Amino acid sequence: MRELLGPALAIARKDLRVERRSKEVVNAAFSFALVVLLLFSFTFDPSGDEVRTMSGGLLWLVYAFAGVLVLNRSFARETQNDCLDALVAAPASAAAILLGKTLANTVLLLALEAATLPVFTIFYNVRWDFRLGWLLVVLVLATWGFTVIGTVFSALTVNVQLREIMLPLLVFPITIPVLMAAVQLTTVIFTGEPMEPEMVWVRLLVGFNVIFTTLAGALVEYILVG
Amino acid sequence: MIAVQGVWKFFGDFAALRDLRLEITRGSTTALLGRNGAGKTTLLRMLAALSSPSRGTITLDGAGLREPAQRRRIGVIGHGISIYDDLTAAENLEFFASLYGVGAPGAKIDQWLETTGLARVRNSLARQFSRGMRQRLAIARAFFHEPDVLLLDEPFTALDDRAAELLAGLIRQAHERGRTVLISTHQLREALALATDVAVLDRGRLAFHGPNTADLQTAPEDFYRRFTEAPA
Repeated sequence: MRELLGPALAIARKDLRVERRSKEVVNAAFSFALVVLLLFSFTFDPSGDEVRTMSGGLLWLVYAFAGVLVLNRSFARETQNDCLDALVAAPASAAAILLGKTLANTVLLLALEAATLPVFTIFYNVRWDFRLGWLLVVLVLATWGFTVIGTVFSALTVNVQLREIMLPLLVFPITIPVLMAAVQLTTVIFTGEPMEPEMVWVRLLVGFNVIFTTLAGALVEYILVG
Repeated sequence: MIAVQGVWKFFGDFAALRDLRLEITRGSTTALLGRNGAGKTTLLRMLAALSSPSRGTITLDGAGLREPAQRRRIGVIGHGISIYDDLTAAENLEFFASLYGVGAPGAKIDQWLETTGLARVRNSLARQFSRGMRQRLAIARAFFHEPDVLLLDEPFTALDDRAAELLAGLIRQAHERGRTVLISTHQLREALALATDVAVLDRGRLAFHGPNTADLQTAPEDFYRRFTEAPA
């Protein structure tokens, strides 16, 4: 376990440090999320009840597209100076590299979500503070599921010329269960309906994360080492 | 010992390496020669566990190369410098120290920054470095975990005088300490000045492997042509 976690944490720390200095992903993703939220607010009447029932979908649409901007750079940043070669040649397992990258991407996406959520609630007149605990659970579970798939495909498309286009085409179909669960649960949180009947979606998120994290860890060796 | 046994590597239908058999003895410094496309980089990438053979096996002292314990024994300088522009010189070495499991790396990092003449700029971002400084940091990255095996792909290409001198000195020192060194290069004279053995690849096959003798060093170009200009 230490063989996995030690290098993974080192890679995550390195990625976050590089991002803190370069800000190449955070600035672009945050600006994109703000612009889309603003454009949507012109399209819908923020005071209407139907907006509340669509709020989960609107929010996760923004998170998913902004998330792809983050994921696109995850392995692409390693191609500069051929850093990916040094990373793969180092005695860290491919699973540790994936885990480290996924951790860093999850932190970046959660930070993006935390920064844009207040803006969303203001634009769309949505209350979320009374169910903060549930909202956190949904954000963390759904973000991890989306990120682990996105990070694997970021590795797969790292040498593809049109990776900016390829990545969302590959990631969105596979993460449909995650996005469906996230949209449903977030909508229920915003509308104030009871959570108990929706627990199946929480179980789906947990199951998806366990299965796909394990699968990704097992397959990434074949992706990174040709 | 590094044993390359019946290795083939295909890229689509193209065979970059064809039934390659090569044994590199412990403590040797081998110059790996060959024209562009001969398969030198392909072989070095497989020895660095960056790529797997399509057929055949490669072992280091009898064990596979993808084992983390084996990779800890290998240091690589590839075509790129493999350092992070947005980390400082010290942070770059700290990061790789943590991946290679170098215990208490502080003193070792200080020592390598001193050796490579980068101690003065240890807390400056690598993106602010000149090309020569970046190259010296890349050399420190490859050597500082004291690997048993050094794989150097065109290491002298585009090096400034100071970095080339530093690298040649470190290769000599590694040889004196019993490390195994494999240098892929087009620069015959520089490589032969350091090598104990020579291997020549031609179109994916091993054309020659033997000791680096005095007469070979006298006219290296003639020797090289003998193995690389044969009709297809």
